[in-house]
Amino acid sequence: MLELNNAKIIEMYKTMKKIREFENNASKLFAEGQIHGFVHLYIGEEAVATGVCANLREDDYITSTHRGHGHIIAKGGDVKYMMAELYGRQTGYCKGKGGSMHIADATRGILGANGIVGAGQNIATGAGLSAKLRGTDQVCACFFGDGSTNQGTFHESLNLASIWRLPVVFVCENNLYGISMHQSRHQAIQDIADRAVAYNIPGVVVDGNDVFAVYEAASEAIERARNGQGPSLIECKTYRHHGHFEGDPAKYKPAEEVAEWMSKDPLPRLINYMIDNSILNKEELNEIDSQINDEIKEAIKFAEESPWPPIESVVEDIYTDIVEEVKK
Amino acid sequence: MKNLSMMEAIREAMTKKMREDPTVFVMGEDVGAFGGCFGVTAGMFEEFGPERVRDTPISEGVIIGCAVGAAATGTRPIAELMFIDFVTVGADQLVNQAAKMRYMVGGKISLPMVVRLPLGAGTRAAAQHSQSLEAWLAHIPGLKVVYPSSPNDAYGLMLKAIEDDNPVVFLEHKLLYGVKGDVDENSKPIEFGKADIKREGKDVTIVATGRMVYEALNAAEELSKKGIEAEIFDPRTLFPFDKETLFNSIEKTNKLIIVTEENKRGSFAGEISAMVAEECFDNLDAPIIRVCSVNSPVPFSPVLEDYYVPNASDIVNAATKMF
Repeated sequence: MLELNNAKIIEMYKTMKKIREFENNASKLFAEGQIHGFVHLYIGEEAVATGVCANLREDDYITSTHRGHGHIIAKGGDVKYMMAELYGRQTGYCKGKGGSMHIADATRGILGANGIVGAGQNIATGAGLSAKLRGTDQVCACFFGDGSTNQGTFHESLNLASIWRLPVVFVCENNLYGISMHQSRHQAIQDIADRAVAYNIPGVVVDGNDVFAVYEAASEAIERARNGQGPSLIECKTYRHHGHFEGDPAKYKPAEEVAEWMSKDPLPRLINYMIDNSILNKEELNEIDSQINDEIKEAIKFAEESPWPPIESVVEDIYTDIVEEVKK
Repeated sequence: MKNLSMMEAIREAMTKKMREDPTVFVMGEDVGAFGGCFGVTAGMFEEFGPERVRDTPISEGVIIGCAVGAAATGTRPIAELMFIDFVTVGADQLVNQAAKMRYMVGGKISLPMVVRLPLGAGTRAAAQHSQSLEAWLAHIPGLKVVYPSSPNDAYGLMLKAIEDDNPVVFLEHKLLYGVKGDVDENSKPIEFGKADIKREGKDVTIVATGRMVYEALNAAEELSKKGIEAEIFDPRTLFPFDKETLFNSIEKTNKLIIVTEENKRGSFAGEISAMVAEECFDNLDAPIIRVCSVNSPVPFSPVLEDYYVPNASDIVNAATKMF
């Protein structure tokens, strides 16, 4: 295993815990009718975004998915503006025009969550090409689920990135389901990483619920990308604890499967590791948890107290220069 | 001043911007040493090399999607699809990504990108290589739609398209690539939303786009012999659209014919017609007439294709009925 100092491990724990708390609250707020639309939660998959983004610089890029909250938090997004966006408020990341599926923060290289499955893969190649053309050593980490690997975008993007040796790390979050369809029904392979062979790029399978395993695989792939050695495919085996979206009871998941994966929950695993190895004690852990709790509470308060977007803003930000008439 | 074909004018504009700005680059199928499907990028590979004149695999989705990602991160891509018909293959990236990204993220990302789309019938290429799909594109908020008819317009509009910080679709009629005209290479970029009156007249306003501008000009000569003076209005950009100049023309002529190469149903000609009916009705003294293609896929046989596309005599017939 890579040498990781305690501070880095604690930092990763904080990120994972912050994602979990944000998502638990989003789930509750959705159930209460405080937030609307489609909300796809990342609970259970926190180790993937955290392990990958812990290797990235602020000027590196990520592309995300409809299940994007975890990626955005892991890349440094501010939960205040995220929550305000979920509430559809003017102060949200997208001024209330995007919602859960479109949060972006260009200042942190977050090129946006995305409502179209697989679309981010195409966009990631562009970020990689741009870095190459501008002569920087920036890297783009591209997150996507197992379901999206059956889209044409997957093939197009990995092919293009490999022939042009683009600095893109393709991170597949195999959570076993494309919406309700089990992986065994939506593709005839077990390991999506096997598809890397078709592009002559490295493809590895890692335990996506082990943040250290993800960190290590991502570290290697990102270094390759930064050094001009081209893209890689990392498949992280993981599991989403909730349904595809909030409101989906996920009856398609067998109870034994759920129980098995709950026992592999990435957060308790990391907590046990930290306690067992005296990285921090229970009190210190409680202190961190309580700070994160407060941060999420403040984010909710900020969102609730924020104004709705003004009607005139409906026609703003379509173009950089043209503003349409507001009237219908 | 240089006498250039439309193809040369587009190439000259791209070349000028690439010399000025190292972040501008070209990508598409066979645009490199091969010179592009129609030869528009010929010679650019030799000047700028494979990094900035990039051959792509036959993958229309990622051609547009890669341009989106590149535009979002500090470069100015010009993507070429071989035919506008193939935009269906890459439609998600153009419609759901390029057009909407800025809006969805609250204006914090801009996408300075151009997608070049050769279009139009008349090449005996049948239904998947001949369409005029501008209405689909103009329908989508977030795209700007440019459709030049002359070398000089193509030059100035391409300069502007590359400078623009928004996704621009640049429509190039294949049968106009060889049309020659004077181009002032020192001229400024042509602003979007500024129509050009290609012929002045007092009796009827004829809106025409792309190759139909020439059919309309031929029709105007015929009509003149009958004592009808047609004003030919070329919008040059479908969005933004120069309503003011059009309404001024209609105020003078009180009659409107719209000629486009699209099949009529759901066409942009219909949008112009509705716009005038809603906002300029009082200045009309005859029903608006649309002269468009037949509501069929573009046929292959020369006999059928020639009938399918509007021509000068169709326009003359339409205009004559108004008087």
